[in-house]
Amino acid sequence: MKRVRLSEIAHARSGDKGRGSNVGLIADTPEGFALIQAQVTAERVKAHFAAINLGEVDRYEVPNLLALNFILHDSLGGGGTESVKTDAQGKTHGMALLRMEIDVPDDFKA
Amino acid sequence: MRTIRIGNGQGFWGDSIDAPVNLLRQGPIDYITLDYLAEVTLSIMQRQKMKDPSKGYATDFVAFIDRVLPELVSKNVKVIANAGGVNPEACRQALLAVAKKHGISGLKIGIVTGDDILDDLNAYRQKGQVFAHMETGESLFAEERAILAANVYMPTAGIAEALRQGAQIVVTGRCTDPGLTLAPLMYEFGWHTADQLALGTVAGHILECGAQATGGNFTRWWEVPDMVNIGYPIAEVSEDGTVIITKHETSGGLVTVATVSEQLLYEMGDPKAYITPDCVADFSSIQLSQAGENCVRVSGVRGMQHTPFLKVSISISDGYKAAGQLTISGPQAYEKAQKCAELVWGRLKQSGFTYEETLTEYLGQGVCHAGMVQSPDAPEIVLRLGVKDHDYKKVDRFGKELAPLVTSGPPGVTGFAGGRPKPAEIVAYWPALMAREWVNQTVSVQEV
Repeated sequence: MKRVRLSEIAHARSGDKGRGSNVGLIADTPEGFALIQAQVTAERVKAHFAAINLGEVDRYEVPNLLALNFILHDSLGGGGTESVKTDAQGKTHGMALLRMEIDVPDDFKA
Repeated sequence: MRTIRIGNGQGFWGDSIDAPVNLLRQGPIDYITLDYLAEVTLSIMQRQKMKDPSKGYATDFVAFIDRVLPELVSKNVKVIANAGGVNPEACRQALLAVAKKHGISGLKIGIVTGDDILDDLNAYRQKGQVFAHMETGESLFAEERAILAANVYMPTAGIAEALRQGAQIVVTGRCTDPGLTLAPLMYEFGWHTADQLALGTVAGHILECGAQATGGNFTRWWEVPDMVNIGYPIAEVSEDGTVIITKHETSGGLVTVATVSEQLLYEMGDPKAYITPDCVADFSSIQLSQAGENCVRVSGVRGMQHTPFLKVSISISDGYKAAGQLTISGPQAYEKAQKCAELVWGRLKQSGFTYEETLTEYLGQGVCHAGMVQSPDAPEIVLRLGVKDHDYKKVDRFGKELAPLVTSGPPGVTGFAGGRPKPAEIVAYWPALMAREWVNQTVSVQEV
């Protein structure tokens, strides 16, 4: 096994959703989807965003798009229009998730 | 078999003013849609209308029509925009004046209204409607609140009806963003089954944020060609339900399964239940395939009948906020920035000012990705401070405490431009549901 950043096997987009944000994580290949499905759990994402998101994290599977959708329930410092944070709309959360590392087989081609 | 091309030239109020013009000029197009309304926009428009009853709509839209109207008419391109804000009739009158100025006659402009229920809230309250907050369950009337705007996300049928009555330009208040794309499909092809409505809604969701479907905000930005001339998205839809997402051939940007997938995930909640006033679309049924260069086919979309409710978006005045920033140069930029923050908060406290909420950000030190990166010794840091409070005077006082740091703190503090941070009203967003039958949609078409 080797460790790679999610950015090597997936891409992402995020935006605001009420008082939280959603992060869509999309694998480049079906093999990559199996890996993120197994390893990028709601618990891991919650820990990854611990300094940003004060709430729970929900995870939905969207296998037809090789994607996972995460809802970070309290990640904006109030709602998008109320917050004084620089990223009041969670626009950078997708790129933030791509920093996470996961294990892939040694012969895995990104 | 008939095919129509619908392009979205405006993803939000403040988006590119050239994009809709390019959609009209760079290739074949039948419909141009434009979205101007964010949640906060309607509260700003209510304020404008209060001061001047002829205001309260998106004036950028009138400027766009003024720029292209003769061309729109000669090419017979239809335009659908939610530019009406809280005053669609005033928007129409402005558009009719533009048409007269250009010497155009026979042009029909439709408006769709009924979404603005601000003046009816008390009547609804009398009937027992509480507008419970969709996340907290709290009643809107549980305490005294300064309500700035209340708008219902309206069914798309009204726009389709305006098109049926011959309108070339349709102006609405609050509708759904995907509805701008769905409406022509209901009118042109008579789409009405749950699957058809869901397919049109999915196409609309892909288009609704403009260039976000064509390579904008795409993770692999370095793969996007000619981003200067980025094309805005077009849905090429055939009567039989074939949907191709594309862009004009001569424009820049990128339409691939990857760029379209990212946009489908944007602002997604439960993928199995994307709820609109028109249907419930199942995003887990969507199939995407590359159908050619910059062409992505969308198929397999399933939907269910709409729910018995409509969503209401209510804006509430909820205090004030202010934020300002200073640039702190190195060496020891981070340590000095921390000292500066300590001075600002300490001096405010010494003068008797504390706040309901404060924010201290060290931009350059890992703010957006807090807790994920080890920062090196940064050559400079932007210190950004903010406050929230219901007391305007306190928020105003905060704004006066930043500039003194340049001469009364650590050395090398600069970048205090733009004057003292001014308090801005906080507009809180209150989403609620109400029964469909309580809302009346009105369509009116007028010819110049």
